Amino acid sequence: MNAITPDIVAEHGLSAEEYERVKTAMGREPNITELGIFSVMWSEHCSYKSSRRHLAKLPTEAPWVICGPGENAGVIDIGDGQAAIFKMESHNHPSYIEPYQGAATGVGGILRDVFTMGARPVANMNALRFGSPDHPKTKHLVSGVVAGIGGYGNCVGVPTIGGECDFHPAYNGNILVNAMTVGVAEQDKIFYSAAAGIGNPVVYVGSKTGRDGIHGATMASAEFAEDSEEKRPTVQVGDPFTEKLLIEACLELMASDAIVAIQDMGAAGLTSSSVEMASKGEVGLELDLDQVPQRETGMTAYEMMLSESQERMLMVLRPGAEEEAHAVFRKWDLDFAVIGKVTDTKHLTLRHHGNVVADIPVPPLVEDAPNYDRPHVPTPANPDIASVPDPDNVEDALLTLLACPDLASKRWIWEQYDHMVMGDTVGRPGGDAGMVRVHGTDKGLAVTTDVNPRYCKADPVEGGKQAVAETYRNISATGATPLAITNCLNFGNPEKPEIMGQFVGCIEGMAEACAALDYPVISGNVSLYNETNGQAILPTPAIGGVGLIGDIDQRVGVAYGDGETLIMVGESAGHLGQSLYLREILDSEDGPSPRVDLQAERRHGEFVRDLITQSLLTASHDVSGGGLLVAVAEMAMAAVIGASLDIDTTAGSLFGEDQARYVVATTNADAVLAKAEAAGVTASILGTTGGDTLKISGSDAISVATLSETNEHWLPDYMATP
Amino acid sequence: MKAGVIVFPGSNCDRDAAVAIERVCGTKPVMVWHGDSDLPQLDLIVIPGGFSYGDYLRAGAMAGKSPVMREVIERAKQGTRVLGICNGFQVLTETGILPGALMRNASLKFVCRDVRMRAEQTDSPFTNKFGQNEEISIPVAHHDGNYFADEDTLDALEDNGQVAFRYHNDNPNGSQRDIAGIFNRRKTVLGMMPHPERVIGDELGGTDGVKIFESLVAAL
Repeated sequence: MNAITPDIVAEHGLSAEEYERVKTAMGREPNITELGIFSVMWSEHCSYKSSRRHLAKLPTEAPWVICGPGENAGVIDIGDGQAAIFKMESHNHPSYIEPYQGAATGVGGILRDVFTMGARPVANMNALRFGSPDHPKTKHLVSGVVAGIGGYGNCVGVPTIGGECDFHPAYNGNILVNAMTVGVAEQDKIFYSAAAGIGNPVVYVGSKTGRDGIHGATMASAEFAEDSEEKRPTVQVGDPFTEKLLIEACLELMASDAIVAIQDMGAAGLTSSSVEMASKGEVGLELDLDQVPQRETGMTAYEMMLSESQERMLMVLRPGAEEEAHAVFRKWDLDFAVIGKVTDTKHLTLRHHGNVVADIPVPPLVEDAPNYDRPHVPTPANPDIASVPDPDNVEDALLTLLACPDLASKRWIWEQYDHMVMGDTVGRPGGDAGMVRVHGTDKGLAVTTDVNPRYCKADPVEGGKQAVAETYRNISATGATPLAITNCLNFGNPEKPEIMGQFVGCIEGMAEACAALDYPVISGNVSLYNETNGQAILPTPAIGGVGLIGDIDQRVGVAYGDGETLIMVGESAGHLGQSLYLREILDSEDGPSPRVDLQAERRHGEFVRDLITQSLLTASHDVSGGGLLVAVAEMAMAAVIGASLDIDTTAGSLFGEDQARYVVATTNADAVLAKAEAAGVTASILGTTGGDTLKISGSDAISVATLSETNEHWLPDYMATP
Repeated sequence: MKAGVIVFPGSNCDRDAAVAIERVCGTKPVMVWHGDSDLPQLDLIVIPGGFSYGDYLRAGAMAGKSPVMREVIERAKQGTRVLGICNGFQVLTETGILPGALMRNASLKFVCRDVRMRAEQTDSPFTNKFGQNEEISIPVAHHDGNYFADEDTLDALEDNGQVAFRYHNDNPNGSQRDIAGIFNRRKTVLGMMPHPERVIGDELGGTDGVKIFESLVAAL
């Protein structure tokens, strides 16, 4: 066996100090297999060593939370003995290197996190961030990522019901691919990962193990440099067909009582799954690697333990259930192998060719993982901006905004995703939140992903609050009650105090918002080291929100009807700092982020939901990037009906990005205004709907057809140019 | 109506088809696993959408050779009604029950959206509830829906009234003569790329799929 040299330690991404901890944990020098296992378990990706202490500040409890962070995914109560299970996860580093497979396996991984717990996946979402459209790589990355997400999700047969996609030069060297899955399970059929029952068989199911993805977790825990594409072999290859079989086989077996514990093999594959199961169950596992189904010959123990081959699961079965379980997996043509047993040693013991090749005490492997309090400095406040000139021409400004990459229609993307399979999509992509009916009921789950990274850069605390608040608004706008969030925290190198300051600030803002909105975090993922040659991405804490509506027939979309009154809920102070108006029209990313009044968010959200429940609204839309006029224009385009607005035409009023605002449409304006007054909510009439043009007080009318054409053109045109 | 839905490994619209049949026709269909070679007596066999066997060789190619399809081919010859939707249409062309082939979309991309089309024939068990050339909207979701056949075959399809549905100024995949769905010569088998089972209620965005299932019940 080769001696472990400092070079080998460094190649494994461990510091000299961390290696000393390894030796202490082992009570001796590790061998290469053991070192490999420590290196992935103690990687940033698996150990959360820079983020753990800060994540602990997030609220994670509410009466409807069944299982918070720490399992494969979070679980909430959605009534009638049913649960929604969901999580969002990043696949940033692999997607940059190999966009199709990186994105595809990102979808595969998050699906497994959800069905591992006994849920049938019912909806996928994704939050994507790319570099500047002018950057030579961007087009190739957009095309590959979208095809990869579609290629996987479409084949597995889970609808992709929405998401977001923005562009910014800060992502030129590090794109973000964050995928979210929501599943539905019966509350009495939820599966956890804690191994139990000394002597119980440990079973491997799914695809065979190959040499792909070795060190993926380590790669995802380091910065990129020019040679990043040489890391291509660390990207795994996905097989959505096998995943579909695995879903059906696992759910079929879960209907019986054969499974004691189950864990998918995600990052760090067999290592993290076996360590996780042993650690949670406070037991040991003994695995015979000769029994692991292998795709290639001559694999070493090291390679098998670090492989990230996809579509694999590890289970502990009830004694004697092997044959029953094997029959199910045989039916679905999947590999099934008993590879070990649960022991009382609290050690992970691996045998290969008859020899013990690793013997690691599990408690120190997990509990003694580094937990750093990295130095962090708060982001200095951005100075206020000087007064912003009003637009020379309101129509031109609106058209410019509707055609800008961040606001342009993303139809080109979501039409490549099957968003209707499973026959329960009642809120298609393009609205505030996607919605799926809970199969066989009248209930609906509203799902959205949001964050404004520019706000987070300018003011991490307010940006963190805003991201949570925007998901709350997007869900409320459909009529659903926001219940809980998952998050995917994408940041640069945490060893830099200013980056760590962004992280700490965003967490603080998110925690405040979650507490104020009764909207806990139930699962999540952290992706650090999103840097290339020292250039960090914008701080991007993507939030995935889930809400529940009791009767889908009560839901509203963004498309209003003819002859209705448009009302704005909330107040406009004309905040233009960090707005899209500033960026697109005045070419500036200056100023402070809008302030988020969480009490107003809550009050206004509850007010809008009440109006929807009382059938007083025909449409509702949250006001976010681009401001009020963009929100109204988006409603007009969805409705294919015009509107006539009598509003103040200052830049701040039309395009300011003040928070806690909605535009709602009603046929009973008096009732809405009376209820607003009674509730102490500011509501003001904007105008009426009808005709085929959008008319803004004193300006020329723009046809809705022109708005749509402008909004729909940018992305397909961009993708079509060579 | 006694209906059966064939389930291949990788089928993913099997449940959707079953839900639509039960909702419109009132009776639950039987689900038939691909490995079974004995089919119960059925009035309608549905080959659903999805990615049978991963569509790895070619969309529908492996499913076309599966044990259950040998029996489906027999039944089709005897006149049992067979409806192939999306991947089901691809399977039917692979078996030769329907002529032609479904190639990669002209855009080379997967496409999922509502598509406008016309029901061109009212004298079939699948379409008797439609008006002549009735304009309808049904969603598609496929990567390989670009219908291709040689000119003689296309002419024969037209002459025999075998074009069931034709995209109307809205061809999503480049199919020849805007073909969205075709019958066999006797009009007892229908293959179509659009998904009628996805538009069976206003909450889902439309009801234009209902008439296909109602037509089948009416034709019994």
